Amino acid sequence: MDWQAIWLSVRLAVSTTAILLVIGLPIAYWITYSTRRWKFLVEALVALPLVLPPTVLGFYVLLAMGPRSPIGALYARLTGGMLPFSFQGLLLGSVLYSMPFTVQPVAAAFGAVDRRLIEASWCLGVSRLATFRRVIVPLALPGVATGAILTFAHTLGEFGVVLMVGGNIAGVTRTVSISIYDQVQALDYAAAAQTSLFLLLISFVVLAATYGLQRRVWGVWPGR
Amino acid sequence: MAGPLANHTGDFLVCDCRKRLASGFTLDARVTLPLTGVTVLFGASGSGKTTLLRLLAGLERPDSGSIVFRGRPWESLAPQQRRAGFLFQDYALFPHLTVAENVAYAAPPATAAGLMEAFGLDDLADRLPHAISGGQQQRTALARALAAGPELLLLDEPLSALDAPTRLRMRYELRRLLLAGGVPSIVVTHDRMEAVALGDTLAVMVEGQIRQFGPVREVFQRPVDRQVAEAVGVENVAPAEIIGREGGLLILQVGGARLECVDSGESGSVVACIHAEDVAVTRDSAQVSSARNRLAGRVLAVIMEGALARVELDCGFPLVAVVTAQSAADLALREGEEVSAVVKATAVHLAGHFDAAHTRPRVE
Repeated sequence: MDWQAIWLSVRLAVSTTAILLVIGLPIAYWITYSTRRWKFLVEALVALPLVLPPTVLGFYVLLAMGPRSPIGALYARLTGGMLPFSFQGLLLGSVLYSMPFTVQPVAAAFGAVDRRLIEASWCLGVSRLATFRRVIVPLALPGVATGAILTFAHTLGEFGVVLMVGGNIAGVTRTVSISIYDQVQALDYAAAAQTSLFLLLISFVVLAATYGLQRRVWGVWPGR
Repeated sequence: MAGPLANHTGDFLVCDCRKRLASGFTLDARVTLPLTGVTVLFGASGSGKTTLLRLLAGLERPDSGSIVFRGRPWESLAPQQRRAGFLFQDYALFPHLTVAENVAYAAPPATAAGLMEAFGLDDLADRLPHAISGGQQQRTALARALAAGPELLLLDEPLSALDAPTRLRMRYELRRLLLAGGVPSIVVTHDRMEAVALGDTLAVMVEGQIRQFGPVREVFQRPVDRQVAEAVGVENVAPAEIIGREGGLLILQVGGARLECVDSGESGSVVACIHAEDVAVTRDSAQVSSARNRLAGRVLAVIMEGALARVELDCGFPLVAVVTAQSAADLALREGEEVSAVVKATAVHLAGHFDAAHTRPRVE
């Protein structure tokens, strides 16, 4: 089995999930509570990776990261490196690609928090930010956990975006799914079957643990 | 008070704001509330009470107008900057925090501990809100609001989430706690008994406006117009014409009957308001009494309501009397029988016809 690829995929999935928890929660908050009329445009933009072929997303990300694009140029100036075909570039693509898997469950959980609890906190003199931290996030924790797990599992199985943005460099951008593809191309069906089974089991265990945990741990909270 | 200026800089909440809701309902609230004791905001469902309370808390913004609290403009402040505690109908306790954590949510630990003790919550400190009774939830919510050091407490139907026996007990309990808390309170309710039990002053809302404001008993006894009379539950509200005055009394034509009442300077078309408990029913038409009004009538219906009986009469206009069940039995009141209704002249109160065009709420 290609342990190097598995380790790379796990690193990518953990990093993507961590980054999306930091930027996804504020986006979900904004989507839940904003009353702007053009909110639907942002919602559509965030959900786009759900329907867009990964190759299309990957293509645009690749263009945006190129040395002649502002993003690519800025990155080169700051780090001296290049984004395409690097782990960092892969991470950027993954974050965009998995955005809806974090934002949608979290936004749904925020929306399910009783509005009066939030207003009660405000009337007690507690700021919006502190109310978010002390009331909204704790009550939406099952949704946040669901978003994190889905993001992790989704990134673990990513293929199209990786191929477009990262290519196939062992130890840098060759993830599990790319490795399986390689093995099949090389007609090494035994290795492909082994890696596939491994990925299948990991995904199932992670999801089963999430749903089981949600029932046991968070089920005791009233009103959920 | 020390002159008109005191009204705007002193211990008052001056509200003068308008808000149109998506439903088309328009709130037009103009009132000056003294910041002492308990003020009850009273009215039927849909009269705008809760909207006004949310405007005062800063949870809604008025379309226009101003809110001035103790001389400070409030209308553009966020809820956090107003220091107005808000008690929601179902208390809105944080379900993931214990009773003690709820009370200490926005308070210094010493203050929270003091209130926990004062409100008898120490034994419940480690329970979650869903594991305590409705009355205990209410006490917790009140302690939490007071712990944050508010300058004003706003309570939205504070007793409606409780079961009936607890509700009765908590009426007086709540008033005691509010007065002990020492923070001026505004309580929204649509229940007359609650209004009487809780309030010092009463503001009556009808169709988005505050129509009358004053001491609770006075408002109940002397509603200013027909809609207020109906809102505060005066059973007999009948259009009347003043047809004469003599010896300090007014003679009224009410339907097919004549009534006398105390002359307070009214004239023309008015509305006669008579509380049902101020109407006595007798069979002896010749009995001598100090009551000025003795009306011959016919019993339309007798409805037993526990220890009381509601007697509907036709005395030339519909008149409702409330007597004890025992009296109804002693008099053997039955449908269709001829009786006399006796009403003292002082029990007939005159109110104006409400005319939205020129009537402003009578604000003391």
